[in-house]
Order: sequence, then C-alpha cells, then structure tokens
Amino acid sequence: MPERVDVRKTYKLFLGGDFPRSESGRSYEVMDSKGDWLANASRASRKDLRDAVKVARSAWSKWAGATAYNRGQVLYRIAEMMETRRAELVAEVAGAEGKRGASKQVDEAIDTWVWYAGLADKLTQIMGGLNPVAGPYFNLTAPEPTGVCGIVAPETPSLGGLVGRIAPALCGGNVVIALASEPHPLPAVALAECLATSDLPKGVVNILTGHTAELTPWLASHGDVDALDVTGVGAEQLADAERAGADNVKRVIKGSGARSPYEATAFMEMKTVWHPKGA
Amino acid sequence: MATVTQHPLELVDRIGGTVDAVGATERAASLAKRSIKKDSKMWALDLALRCCDLTTLEGSDTPGKIRQLASKAIRPAPGDPSIPSVAALCIYPRLVPVAAEALRGSGVHLASVATSFPSGQVPLEMRLEEIRRAVADGADEIDIVISRGAFLAGDESAIYEEVAESVEAAGDAHVKTILETGELGSYDRIRRASLIAMTAGSHFIKTSTGKIGESATLPSALVMAEAIRDFAEFTGQMVGLKVAGGIRASKDAIRYLVIVHETLGDEWLDPDRFRIGASSVVNDLLMQIDFLRSGRYSDPDRYTLD
Repeated sequence: MPERVDVRKTYKLFLGGDFPRSESGRSYEVMDSKGDWLANASRASRKDLRDAVKVARSAWSKWAGATAYNRGQVLYRIAEMMETRRAELVAEVAGAEGKRGASKQVDEAIDTWVWYAGLADKLTQIMGGLNPVAGPYFNLTAPEPTGVCGIVAPETPSLGGLVGRIAPALCGGNVVIALASEPHPLPAVALAECLATSDLPKGVVNILTGHTAELTPWLASHGDVDALDVTGVGAEQLADAERAGADNVKRVIKGSGARSPYEATAFMEMKTVWHPKGA
Repeated sequence: MATVTQHPLELVDRIGGTVDAVGATERAASLAKRSIKKDSKMWALDLALRCCDLTTLEGSDTPGKIRQLASKAIRPAPGDPSIPSVAALCIYPRLVPVAAEALRGSGVHLASVATSFPSGQVPLEMRLEEIRRAVADGADEIDIVISRGAFLAGDESAIYEEVAESVEAAGDAHVKTILETGELGSYDRIRRASLIAMTAGSHFIKTSTGKIGESATLPSALVMAEAIRDFAEFTGQMVGLKVAGGIRASKDAIRYLVIVHETLGDEWLDPDRFRIGASSVVNDLLMQIDFLRSGRYSDPDRYTLD
C-alpha cells in the first residue's frame, strides 16, 4: 500500500461568508509556542480590508434588523458549532500558545457565546430605560447598533480574546471586521469555520489575518467603519488610530475582558426619544 | 456636433466580417487585467466621469428628482469645483422640459430615450413622433432602441429604415442606437446590428437599455468597438460607443476605457465618442477620486442617494 499523501489545510481569510486567499497573494509564517514553523497564514492587504467593509456594510441591515431573540439563537448556534469542533479548536490553541490552558480557553470562549446569546434579548431592558423629565413627555432611551465595527483582537488569548470582542459586538446587532491575533491567527481561522456553519448571515463577521500594524491605519481611517475596537492595538499605534478614527467620529472602544452588558453597549449608540403624553 | 451621413445598406455586406467568440472573450478578459494606478488612474477616473450619462429611467421619476439629478450632473461634487460635469443627463421624454430648464447654459447635454424605450414594440410613426417631441422639448441627444424582434426575424432593412428615419426625425440632435446586445444572442449578430445602425446614420451605438437581465459586457463592447473601427476604415466616420447597464464600480468603467483605447485609440477617449450610461457609478467614481486624494477609504453616506 502506498503511503497516503497528507491533506494539509490552507489557512485563509473569512470574507463575506467565503474563505478566499488574500487578493495580494501574500502569506506569512506562523510559529508554534516553541518558535517552530506551524503553517502559513494569509496576509491580508488593505484591499481585502476594503472588500470586507463593503460586504459587512451590505450585511448590516439584515443582522441589525433581525429580532434580538433571533440574534440570541444564532449566537447560541455558534456555541453549538464550536462545541462539536472542540477538539480541533483545542488543538489550534495548543499549537499556538501551548497545551497549558488551551482546553480551558476553548471552554471559556464557547461559554462566552452562550452568555451573550442569553443577553441578546435582554440587553434593551437592562441598558435602556424610561427617563424622568420635567415636561409632559415619555422619555425613552434604548441602545441601537452602531453599524460596521472594526476590531483589532488582542494577541493573546488567541481564541478567547477574539471571541470576547466579537460576541458583544454581534449581541447588539453590529457587524464586524476583525483583525486576528498576528502571531496566533490559526485559531481565528478555525473559529471562522464554526461561524460559517452557524446560520450567521454572510458578511456579518469577517476575519482577516495578517500584519495588524499594516492594516490598523486603514481600518481606523476608513470612512464607512463606525466603530473601532483598539483592544489589540499596540501602544505605539494607539494614538494614531484614535486620531484617524476621530475623522468620521468613530466610536473607539477598548475591551475590559469581562463578560458584561456594558461590553455590548460599548459597541452601541443610545437613542433617546421624546414622546408627548396625552396627545 | 459632427454630422453623420447615411450610407446604403449594401455597405454592411461590404464591411462584413464575423466574430471569433472565444477570441473576443479572451481579448476582453486580458484587457480587463490591465492595472491602472495612481496618476493614470486619476486621469481615467476624471475621464470616466466626463463620459458619464447620468441616467434615471424609472416609472417613479418626478420633476423634483430630475432637478436634483440635473444639479448633480452639472456639479457631481457640489463642494469641489475641480470635479468636472458629466456628459449628459439621460431621462424619459415626459420629463425633458423640466431637465431642459434645469440644465440650461450648463453645457451638460440632455439625452432622452425615445422610440418606445425599452421594448420598441410600437408602430414606427408613434416612435418617430416621440423623437420629434423630445427634441422640440429640448433634448439634444436621443437614445433609440432597435426592433430586436424584426432584426432576429431577419428583416434587416426594417432596422435600417427605422434607424435612418429616427436620425432624420431627430434633426440636429445626436442619435444613440441601442442594440440591446443581451437579446441578440451572438457576437456575429451584435456586429451585424452595429454595422446596420452605423450605416443608417447613428452617431453612437449603445449596448443595452439596462432593463433586461444581461447588460453591457466587456466582450460585447469589444465587438461593437471593432465594428466601429472597421466602419471608420471604410467611411472615415467616427461613430461613438456607449456602454450602459450594470456598470457600478469605477473599476468596470476603467475597463471599458481600456477596451476603447486599445481598439479605437485616443481619439475615442472623449465624451463626444464614448459614453457610460449609469447612475450608481458616478458616486463610486467620486469615492475613488476622494480616496486617491485623501488616502482614506470614503463613506458612501457622504454622497447623494440618486
């Protein structure tokens, strides 16, 4: 019997529900926790980023328009899909960051989805409210999705850090372009494969791998990106990213790492409505 | 405006020729790969904008929308005088008086579709009357449709006659003849229809109405450009090309410019000989120009909806 030829996986981008290579054709080497070569990952270009913003924008109305209940169901489905691929996710995280803590990181990432799935249809009650005002008005405040959110994920934890930022953004009805951890992008690609089978409309989450320092300025200055999560932006780039984001009045967010409704509303806008009483 | 003379229908057979379908597809695809960057891209975007026929052909068009589009045609970017006007505003005949008023003195041409656009399935006298009326109301360009039914039934002289009479009815106004390439079924027929339309005196030949599934494609534009080139060789007349329908991205517009340049040459890179019929591409051109100037990707919300 001849020896079977290995079927190796090509790690690609996640863009509009598809898994393309970078339009630039570039890739970069990814090392394991010991510094040995692990695989090549796609190195996204600014054009990939531009395309991602385009598909995210066109996916937005559907996701933002879905009922909160339905969004919760889809987030829970993501947890289910990750659970069935748990072994693969653990292997990817272990390859990237070492065996220690890999299993726990995957468990926590899955639980994060479940947590935000449960929050989805409670968010408006918890964070919105009726405001007492001096006048004959009902004054209501409710959180609404901001739109297209750019997320620069932290380098570690490679999976948990990304999920911890995407989940609260999706919970409130936003769509996402995420730059995965630069040194450890492979768990993000495995996550993308779970997202692709989770009833999440195409384009709601787009994940780019590559050099974050190269892509962050384009994400920060893009006129059609409404919010920028700088959790994974390096100290030397932070001020520039915030300045570029100010140009179109982006919401700039930094995650705390906690599971909290405030993490979800950080990606949202508070809308207040004055409604005349007795009219 | 250049006058175009009519030739007898026999000229079509004298020019003749057939199209290698695989070759045309291949050639169009290879031209589409040309990379146009930086300064040349800026030049191409500016040219594409000047060649646009800003179009609205909807049942829901109102005088207000026409006035709004007229001001957009004159000043596509109101805050930026360096952005040129488009070539023309293209509308339905009923709204021509409104547009003529709004465009007066601007230098932007006023194109009206006529001859029972988009199907053309109405008796010829009524179609000619539509042209006369649109011209009388102030249109200086008329986009006519050929009777594809008659052409496909083999009645080439009917097509020749209707185009010739339309050109006559239009008087001083330029006539763009829409072949509706998506309904003709083969490149050979597209070439044949192009030659008939030019022989009958069209100032422009145009790919599509934009009202059916298949609109302008790169190979069909290439086939038409080659017919224009061959016609110019025989007659010395330079007929214009208008591509229309489905052109939404600047990249597509630039691809057509490349095809025109490579097939017909520099002399056709001019709003008098090349037009892009579109509505949404104008905003994309503006966004691309903004991107090249600022180095930031722009926001579609900064541009008008129509």
